[in-house]
Amino acid sequence: MEQAEATEKIVAALEKKKTKSKFYFNELAKILELKPREAKKLINIMVTDGVLEYWSSGSTSMYGLKGAGKQAAAEHEE
Amino acid sequence: MAKHETPLLDQLESGPWPSFVSDIKQEAEARAKNEKGVEYQIPVDVCEDLLGVLELSFKHGRTHWKHGGIVGVFGYGGGVIGRYCDQPEMFPGVAHFHTMRVNQPGGKFYTTKFLRDLCNVWDMRGSGLTNMHGSTGDIILLGTTTPQLEEIFFELTHTYNTDLGGSGSNLRTPADCVGEARCEWSCYDTQDLCYNLTQEYQDELHRPAFPYKFKFKFDGCPNCCVASIARADISFIGTWRDDIPVDQEAVAAYVGGELAPNGGAHAGRDWGPFDIKKEVVDLCPTNCIQYADGKLTIDSKECTRCMHCIAVMPRALRIGNDRGLSILVGAKAPILDGAQMGSLLVPFIKVEEPYDEIKEVIENIWDWWMEEGKNRERLGELMKRQGFQRLLEACNLKPDPRMVQEPRTNPYIFWKEDEVPGGFQRDIKEFRKHHLR
Repeated sequence: MEQAEATEKIVAALEKKKTKSKFYFNELAKILELKPREAKKLINIMVTDGVLEYWSSGSTSMYGLKGAGKQAAAEHEE
Repeated sequence: MAKHETPLLDQLESGPWPSFVSDIKQEAEARAKNEKGVEYQIPVDVCEDLLGVLELSFKHGRTHWKHGGIVGVFGYGGGVIGRYCDQPEMFPGVAHFHTMRVNQPGGKFYTTKFLRDLCNVWDMRGSGLTNMHGSTGDIILLGTTTPQLEEIFFELTHTYNTDLGGSGSNLRTPADCVGEARCEWSCYDTQDLCYNLTQEYQDELHRPAFPYKFKFKFDGCPNCCVASIARADISFIGTWRDDIPVDQEAVAAYVGGELAPNGGAHAGRDWGPFDIKKEVVDLCPTNCIQYADGKLTIDSKECTRCMHCIAVMPRALRIGNDRGLSILVGAKAPILDGAQMGSLLVPFIKVEEPYDEIKEVIENIWDWWMEEGKNRERLGELMKRQGFQRLLEACNLKPDPRMVQEPRTNPYIFWKEDEVPGGFQRDIKEFRKHHLR
């Protein structure tokens, strides 16, 4: 799968979800219908490109669209 | 005069143990005086506000921290754990109080210069408070603000030649024992293997894509000084295949009292003369040691490498010469579903660069766990849920009696129909000829 196609798929799928803004890695892999290792390469590029951002509780990591949710404001971040 | 009254915390200092409250107060005082003229980049009263928020939490019986967040350094999904105070106006010094995890040196070999430099960076750009070390083994720097994260990361990587450690759903900072550098019992070069795998799996360390945390630990021998068997999802424990070499003269010297047992440890008290039967032979878990007519013999095929006899008489007994390691999997601390010890997956593997055989085992395990593991499920829990046999299939390994921890209590390795000659179907008439109903 091409990077652009993957990014489009992820953005479209995550924008549709209204109830939550943070997603586990395997939810993203499922959207892409790829094996985790292949999905990881594409998803990491989306993070580097600023489409997605990491969220970490310290023990578990999740992904979200950059700026989505209340996180930034609640944490006094830009 | 302290910034906040802390009667409940003060009470903690009255116990018989060293108190973290005293440590924080000491740091608060040092920051206030600033005798070294440090250009503090985060609030000077961070430690005082930390004490204040702790006191408030004790008073209310609930936390005033918000844990987790989007903070990190560019390109890394781990190494920084966001922490914010939910009373930022009352305690502005700890409004941001992020944790940073830093990769510790192999075997925790520090130079005093490195430690001093690290402390200097942290005094200037953080709270000055550290945990040396976290239970994963990494250096934990407690409390800094978001704008300092990239600055600290740059210093660590460019000036001090180290890196952030793992956090979140990542491979966590691998930890190893001192190994061959200082220990004659090390069965392989723990530091080389640890370093090699750390470099090989940089992507797994910094970019989270696992269902949950994943830990490697490297122990040079079954003494397990870094507790890999109890803590690591994959533990690499040194072992050997041949006999324990016995120096009978040295055995006689221990029996005769010329050599102190346990390398002279426990010498602060008179335990009476060394009793080889009571202190060594009778304590062997598999009863494979005999001492008769002044001669010590070991039945190697019964030995489980518990290391007790070697530890008591290090001059007389040594590790074998055909050395390698065992791979155990699935250990974890008791966050969910109780604590679990590692299960033996690979009884013996030679440790040879470039470690391809070991990497193959690791990657097979990851492929299985990444596909089948539920979110926040450790490898040990997946093994329990799907069975050890599924793990063996994922790793292309054949079952081995040594993998069965307790015979007859849990026969979790089953025959499949295609492994049995003739399968499970049989001619019932033929069977009844010999076995009446």
